[in-house]
Order: sequence, then structure tokens, then C-alpha cells
Amino acid sequence: MSRLVAERDLEFLLYQVFGAEQLSQYPRYSDYDRESFAQILATAKGVAEDYFLPHFQQADAHEPQFDGSTVTTIAALKVAWQQFADTGLLSARQDYEHGGMQLPALVHMACNAYFMAANPASAAYPFLTSAAANVIRAFGSSAQQQLYLPAMLDGRFAGTMALTEPDVGSSLGDLTTKAIKHRDGNYRIKGQKMYISGGDQDLTENIVHLVLARIEGAPIGVKGISMFIVPKFRLHEDGSLAARNDVQLAGLLHKMGYRGTTSTVLSFGEQDDCHGYLVGEAGQGLSYMFKMMNEARIGVGLGAAMIGYRGYLESLAYAKDRPQGRAPTNKDPASKPLAIVEHADVKRMLLQQKTYVEGGLALCLLAARLVDDHEANHDEDAGILLDLLTPIVKSYPSYYGPKANDLAIQVLGGAGYIREYPVEQLYRDNRLNPIHEGTHGIQSLDLLGRKLWQHQGRGQKLLFQRMQATLQQAQQHSQLQPLCAQYGQSLQKFMHTVLTLGQTLQQGEVDKALANSAIFLDVMSQYVVGWLWLEMAQQALASSSADDPWLQGKLHAARYQIEWELPLAEAQLPQLQSFNDSWASMQRDWF
Amino acid sequence: MKVLVAVKRVIDYNVKVRVKADQSDVDLANVKMALNPFCEIAVEEAVRLKEAGVASEVVVVSIGPKAVQEQLRTALALGGDRAIHIDTEELPDSLAVAKLLKAVVAQEQPQLVILGKQAIDSDNNQTGQMLGALTGMPQGTFASKVAVDGSSVNVTREVDGGLQTVKLQLPAIVTTDLRLNEPRYASLPNIMKAKKKPLDVTTPADLGVSVARTVKVLKVEAPAERSAGVKVASVAELVDKLKNEAKVI
Ligand SMILES: Cc1cc2nc3c(=O)[nH]c(=O)nc-3n(C[C@H](O)[C@H](O)[C@H](O)COP(=O)(O)OP(=O)(O)OC[C@H]3O[C@@H](n4cnc5c(N)ncnc54)[C@H](O)[C@@H]3O)c2cc1C
Repeated sequence: MSRLVAERDLEFLLYQVFGAEQLSQYPRYSDYDRESFAQILATAKGVAEDYFLPHFQQADAHEPQFDGSTVTTIAALKVAWQQFADTGLLSARQDYEHGGMQLPALVHMACNAYFMAANPASAAYPFLTSAAANVIRAFGSSAQQQLYLPAMLDGRFAGTMALTEPDVGSSLGDLTTKAIKHRDGNYRIKGQKMYISGGDQDLTENIVHLVLARIEGAPIGVKGISMFIVPKFRLHEDGSLAARNDVQLAGLLHKMGYRGTTSTVLSFGEQDDCHGYLVGEAGQGLSYMFKMMNEARIGVGLGAAMIGYRGYLESLAYAKDRPQGRAPTNKDPASKPLAIVEHADVKRMLLQQKTYVEGGLALCLLAARLVDDHEANHDEDAGILLDLLTPIVKSYPSYYGPKANDLAIQVLGGAGYIREYPVEQLYRDNRLNPIHEGTHGIQSLDLLGRKLWQHQGRGQKLLFQRMQATLQQAQQHSQLQPLCAQYGQSLQKFMHTVLTLGQTLQQGEVDKALANSAIFLDVMSQYVVGWLWLEMAQQALASSSADDPWLQGKLHAARYQIEWELPLAEAQLPQLQSFNDSWASMQRDWF
Repeated sequence: MKVLVAVKRVIDYNVKVRVKADQSDVDLANVKMALNPFCEIAVEEAVRLKEAGVASEVVVVSIGPKAVQEQLRTALALGGDRAIHIDTEELPDSLAVAKLLKAVVAQEQPQLVILGKQAIDSDNNQTGQMLGALTGMPQGTFASKVAVDGSSVNVTREVDGGLQTVKLQLPAIVTTDLRLNEPRYASLPNIMKAKKKPLDVTTPADLGVSVARTVKVLKVEAPAERSAGVKVASVAELVDKLKNEAKVI
């Protein structure tokens, strides 16, 4: 079995739960069938296992170095990057006419799952490059596309997203980097960016930064933000490298995890000669970034789920192998010790992990399927539902993935705390995910403050309809009836809470309604994941035999989700509904 | 120069093999199948010869039910130019496979035939040698290096004593060992292009070969479970056990 993901699970989700084979009915995907998906997944798995996994630990122990002029990364990373590019994975989602393969998002996400489990820090370089290329494809001029995209998609250039500044993180509307119109028609960029992933490296001959900046004289706030292409090396018209652009690496940041990815502080325009090229229309920078960041956000959720998943598999293997202690009823010191997987408390920790990580993976693949339905089948509702779910798809795995990694450490005991085992690194790597791409708190404000009410609340309605449809089907299996009953009743209470929150927002009591947003995000995630567990349970029942241990595992995870996690969420509904202000009413001097 | 590569569909090397309840065979129901790893190396070698400008065409051939077309397409995705599927429900034994391949060799007239040294399902290690005997072509088995030189090929073989290099007159047969090369992963564009490459279907009857088995399988058994080890107190006890219980010294 693969150390990265249980393949039967991945195939179950792809083909049984999310209907990958039916995607070939969409004209965009008509060349595909299950066999080609399987071959593509085999390539992804092979490259991940052979070229990314082996230097997972090495890249952590040997952080990138900066000697004041150049950055050095480990050699294995360069080979991995080249392999990734050579197999065509960088451009897999692009149109045929642009040299891409029109691979469905669902299958692409499953390919990425292998890389995220194998080595998320090394995978960050290609993933960022694909995301940056998507933005240029969607909003760049055709000249910009011709100049930059071929090199970004075949691995000669890498891409970055440069939003954050030393003084501006969550509140992007306040950003200060300037763009000054030059008489050559382009702009000169001036300012500092911080935490920029892949902002410098020694993998590629050039780096294409997508920089958010404010054109001189533009209004303050979000409306004044524009997007610029800022290459490390400027290009001649034929695409060959010209002069070094005036963007300098001010320094590398030293991180808790994700150490293989360079985290940079970049200085733009120290010599007043940093050329930037406006993307699309002025003032649209942030909205361009966010429109195209949807897949990147799902990618963050996926990374968090898969780092969690890998920890689950590592701790499971350890637990089956580690003899220690005896059953509470066994008082015979001469008897053989049990493998720790037999202890009830260790089983708890393993089942919790299983539920979080398989639930998180299902959530990300659902989102990818919605991307396909929306983009390749022009299904408006799929787009609306995706919009609603995106903060949850990003946040649930980011919150519960590190929890799973925490449990994996606990399963290993002392071995979990030392660097000879991979679980401590997995935890450190995963701890980034609730922070970047919009913090947990920011996601929760987006969900409760905006997403739930967009399109006159149509997203909610679609979600609740889907939940009800699953309940109806799941109820046909007598084994699932108790879970369905519990879930159905609890869901009613949740819907009532949503209604109350909505009314309060409508009455303009925004601060009051949003004060507990992060709790709300967590609670709603549990209902969404609970729904997916019921769906997985009924699909598993429909497609496997009763004595199949795999099926029993699925049913028990569904039970754990509904019988333990859901009540914890439900227990917080009264506080949400009564706008409990224990923290909101705290004053800074009372701390 | 045309290169013919024979490939086999086998149980994936990651799968734990189980025996059927009636002990008639290995259980293949719902089991993941793959290209035999040695055959993958054979395809890779042929493709490298083509990339180096030595070979002009790489033809891949497989024998078995329709499902083997999956492995043929994998071989095409790795760089094969066209495929031949010899369609038979009956799974032929090594000699029948060699006879079928002889018929394909007669049709295709390749200069080089590359096969895996063995298939990881039955580990027979026979087909290449039998094909050599049937066609009269010289053979270089267990190859760890293949260098074509005009009308001959130098094959470095992994033998018990180390390495041995033989010079064979073309047309010749090579069977691959693990160290010959490291096969690539099929790129996405090549996977999709492979679907459009020619794949001809023929049958043993068309080739005038009988696939009736000449070897009868009596019973298939899983190897005995390894029993738990014991700790010995002294070297003397160890020697005693090796002599009298294990009977190995
Ligand atoms: C390893 C790493 C890689 C990164 N990669 C990139 C990259 O490639 N490109 C890029 O542009 N950025 C990148 N970032 C930056 C990242 O996106 C920011 O760190 C993140 O957006 C948070 O901004 P901040 O660090 O300034 O925290 P702050 O915005 O100062 O937030 C601090 C805390 O306050 C909370 N908070 C802030 N505002 C509010 C509010 N209005 N209401 C409630 N709570 C609030 C936050 O939730 C958080 O808990 C990266 C960061 C890291 C650590």
C-alpha cells in the first residue's frame, strides 16, 4: 500500500462518490475515461513517491540558504521540479490550444493529493506557479500570455503571489506598495513584500511575481489596488532574458515548518527601476487575485488534509507494530503484550484522525467536482455552492488536519516527539495552513459576513437540499437510520441558528452577529463534513459487501462523526444563537 | 531499425497475492493489475534507442484477454509507436507465448526483440530463451547494458560471477534485468496521445499457433507462514539447531 494515501479510498471518492467517469460527458473532458485517469494518477503517484517523498525530511533539515547574493536549495528539489514539469503536470488544467491537457479539476486534485502527502514544501513551487499562470491566463493581455505562459508551463519560469507586506497582512485594502506610471507606458514598482513563498530560489532561470500595488493617485482601500507582473529578469520580445529587474531579496524567513519552501522578504524598486506591467484593468487587482485563488484555496485545504492523512497512515502502521501493555482485564505479567492498536484509547486517536482526514479529503474533492460542473458544464448552481463552501474547504482541513497530526504524535508516544519519525515534521508543516491564504478568522468572517447571504442565500438553499437528498438515500439502509435521525434533528437546530444570525445581520447589528464567527465556521464545517460522512457511508454500503473490513471502517468513522463530533458542534448553537459576548465584550485592559 | 518489445499484464507488485479457495490459481478478482516491471524496463530501453536515433520504430506486443490493451496503451504512453494485441482468453504457457512471438517476429522482421527476463507473477524466466531457440536468433539475457553497434549489439549480462559482455549479430534477442535503466513515468500528453496510436488485434488462430497448455497446474499454495523465531542461549545451541533441526549444516 502507498504510504501517501489509501488508494482504495481515493478511488472510492473519485469514481463512486464524485462520479469522475461521468465527467467525460462534458465536451471539455470528452477525451478522458477511467483508464486514462488511472494512468495519469499512476504518473502522479510515481513522481511523488520517487522524486518528492525521498527528500521530505532532508528539505526540512537543510533549509534554503542565502549568502547575501544568491539562494541555494537542495539538489533533490531541482530534480523533483523538473520531473513535475516534464510529466506535464504544471499545465494539466490548461486548454489544449495553450499546450495544456484539459484535465478535470477532480482528477487534478487527486494527483495533487499525492504530492501534498509526499512533500508539501517542495510541491509548493509548482503549485504556486500553476496558480500564477492561471491568473495571467484569465486576466493578462494576449501579449503577456504569449510572453510568460509557455515558460511558466514548461518549468523554465516559476511564479509567485506577492500580496502581503510587513505592515499589511489580513487587511489587504491597506497595502502601500506603489506603482508609478512611467513614460514608457508601463509602471515602476516601489515597496516591500513579506512572506512571499518562492520569492527567490535557484530552480528556474526566471521568476514571475504577481504583485499587488497601488497606482499613484488611486483611491485608498480595495478599489485602489491593481495587479502587476514583475519578472525577476525582464524579457526581450522573443522571450529571452534581458536585464535583471530591480527586485531584490532582502532576506529569507526561518519557519516552524514548510522549510523547503523559501519564504522571502522582497524589495521592489530600491534603485527606482523595478519594471511592472499592469494586468487587466487598474483597480481590479484584488478581485482578480481572489477569483483565481479559489482553486488555490481548495489546494490549501487539500494540503492540510493530506499532511493529516500521511500522519494517520504513519501512526496507524506504528500502532499495529508497537507491543505495549495489556488489556485492563488481563493481570498476567507473563502474557504477551498487545500491539497498541488494540487499546481503546489508541483506537480513539486513530479513528479521530481517520474521520478528520478522510472527511477533509472528501470535502476538497467535492469542491473540485463543483469546479468541473461550474466551468465545464456551465452549471451556475455549482458555482454558487462552491462559493459558499470555499471558506469551509480551506478551513476545516486546516483546523482538523493539524489536530490529526497532533494525535499522530500522541499515538507514537515518545517516538512521536523525536525527529527520527516523520510525524513531528508533519505537524509543523501543517500548522501553516490555518494562517496563509486568509487566516481562519478571516475565512470565518467571509463565510458568515458574506458567503451565506450571496445570491439571496441561494448557496445555503442548495447546500441544505443536497444534505436532505443524502439523508433520504442513506435512510434506505437500516444500519444508517439512527445516524440519519440524529443528524436530521441536529441539522434543523443548525438551520434555525443560521436564520437568527441572518436576521441580526439584516437588522444591521453586524458587530454583534459576527463576533463569534470563528466558532460558527467550525460548527458549520461539522455539519458539512457530517453530511459527507453520511454520503460516504451510504455509497460504501451500496458498493461493498458486509464482511468487508474497509466498509466497517467507513461506517465507524461516520458514526464517530455523528455521535461525537456533531454533538460538540450542536452544543455551541445556543451560545451562537444568543450572541454570547464573553469575549466580544472584553476590554483590552481587562486582559 | 525496428524493435519489438513483448509486454505482460501481471498483478501489481504492491498487491499482496492471495490464492483462490479451490487452490486452482492465484486470485485475480478485483486485483490491481499492471505492466510487468521487467517489461517496463524493456519498453524504456527500446524508447531510449529510438530517442538516440538507433531505432526507427518501437512495436509492443502482448498476449491475453482484451484487458491487456490497458498495458499496451501504457507501453504506448511510454513511447511505443504501435501495438499488437494477440487476443486469447486462454492464458498460454511460456512455450506457447514463445511460439506466438515467433510468428510475430516472422511478420514484423524486427532487428531487436526486447523482453523482460521474467514476469513477476510466475517468475518462469523462459520465454526469451525459448524464443531464441525457436527463431535461431542469438540471445543476450539478463541485460544491464545494451549498445547497438552497426549490425551487432553488445549486451552486458548480469551473471553469477559478475558481468559478462556478449556481442550478438542482429537480429537478436535481449532480456532485461533490473539495472538496465530506470523507466520514466508517462507524461500526460503522451498518455492521451497513446489512445490514438494504432493497436492491431490478432488471434493465435490467425498466427497459426495452438495455445493449448502443455504444462498442467496441479495445485497452487501460499508459502507456509513463517513461524516465530526462538532465542538461543549459546553458539553451541545455535550450531546444534542448524545441524539437527534445520539440517542446513
Ligand atoms: C509560510 C508562509 C507563507 C506565506 N506565503 C505568502 C505568499 O506567497 N504570498 C503572500 O502574499 N503572502 C503569504 N503569506 C502571508 C499570509 O498570507 C499572511 O501571514 C496572512 O494573510 C496573515 O497576515 P499577517 O501575518 O499580517 O497577520 P495579521 O493580519 O496581522 O493577523 C494576525 C491575527 O489577527 C487576526 N485578524 C486580523 N484581522 C482581523 C479582523 N479584521 N478580524 C478578526 N481577526 C483579524 C488574524 O486572523 C490573525 O489571527 C505567507 C505566510 C506564511 C507564514
